[in-house]
Amino acid sequence: MTADTDTGADAPALISALADRAKAAAHPRTPTAPCSCPSAPLADRRDATVVRHDATVAKAHAPDTDPAALTLRVTTAARLPDLLLPPLTPDTATLHDRLVTFWPYGVPVDPDDPDAAPWEAAATLLARLHRTHVPAGLPPMRGPAKAARALDRLQATLRTTPGTTAHTAARPVLDAWAALPAWARAQAPMPGPPALCHGDLHLGQLVRHPAPDGPWKLIDVDDLGAGVPAWDLARPAAWYACGLLPPDEWTRFLTAYRRAGGPAVPADGDPWTALDVPARALTVQTAARAVTKALAADRPLDEVEQALVDACARMPSVAAGLPRPPRSAPGFPD
Amino acid sequence: MQCPKCHAPMHTYNRNGVQIEQCSGCRGIFLDYGELEALTRLEAQWSQPAPPPPPAPQAYPAAPPAPAWGAPHGGHGGHGHYGHQRHKSFGHMLFSS
Repeated sequence: MTADTDTGADAPALISALADRAKAAAHPRTPTAPCSCPSAPLADRRDATVVRHDATVAKAHAPDTDPAALTLRVTTAARLPDLLLPPLTPDTATLHDRLVTFWPYGVPVDPDDPDAAPWEAAATLLARLHRTHVPAGLPPMRGPAKAARALDRLQATLRTTPGTTAHTAARPVLDAWAALPAWARAQAPMPGPPALCHGDLHLGQLVRHPAPDGPWKLIDVDDLGAGVPAWDLARPAAWYACGLLPPDEWTRFLTAYRRAGGPAVPADGDPWTALDVPARALTVQTAARAVTKALAADRPLDEVEQALVDACARMPSVAAGLPRPPRSAPGFPD
Repeated sequence: MQCPKCHAPMHTYNRNGVQIEQCSGCRGIFLDYGELEALTRLEAQWSQPAPPPPPAPQAYPAAPPAPAWGAPHGGHGGHGHYGHQRHKSFGHMLFSS
């Protein structure tokens, strides 16, 4: 796969050091012997740098990662190897002031073939995760905190961007954010009985392990924790609501989640009573990231990004939790 | 396949679900086992009164519900942004935090 190089950090030195650590973990008996296996950066983002060496992956976590919380999250993955990719070791290392964890390589969803997305597997894994007892001491799921961070970055970008055009584009996003309940903005504890949540579900968070054709598992425990399980369904829900994800893919995902006994939505009837607030929050978060990126690149929003901002603009006029009744396709009277 | 009588090539046609081989030379028709009976049945149906019209087309299954703040055309019909090919920007979004 191509490396995700959204925002290269202090890249070369860290990547090189990570490659050495991954190599040592891949060949524990001969860590200093030369080997011909290639090392490849899988991701180099603001919040994570990931390097693969042979069947081993080393991940440097975000600079502000809490070591105790990360250990609890990695330990949870070790205890749920059928749902979460288990770490090679529950221990964390430190490298260039970054916490580093070690994982087996798993085969991701092909980014060039998102039609092959394993929606059923993703939904079933989430349903089982949500039904799992929350380990003692596990911190809250970080979904709302990540959304708040995206809004902080948008605000910071706006402060350094002159002119009114940028501020006009961002206005609906900021207004929709302000109208969300406090818990969805990480300003209050999450409501309801807490469930074990992944916290950052998207198609990049699934791998087949053992490679190449083992069962699908969830990866990336950085946002794992106790919270509102509907948050884990809310990104696909937001994509569907914004007209980006086709209805059949959304239906496959939601149906598989319900079949697996997932507790985030009512077993029957309207799922949006539970999904509405998290899906609004994910729409606002995604829109905020899109506007931030467009401002940084000094380019207009593309069609998809505009669809997210347009959805934000409609939110204040619709009370939370009110569904739109199902409608039949055009050409047939209701 | 060649015609058993004149050895010219035979062409396959489908008539009401029955495969018929016809010779391009002598126009002779070759029927497999059971195909004559199938044609006879079809002929009998043809001479009977017209069957009742098929039931009125069902409306497409209703799209799953979506929130009222969603895209006006999102979630049903095909006026959404998904179309036949995923937008590149959405393809990237599927894999991003």
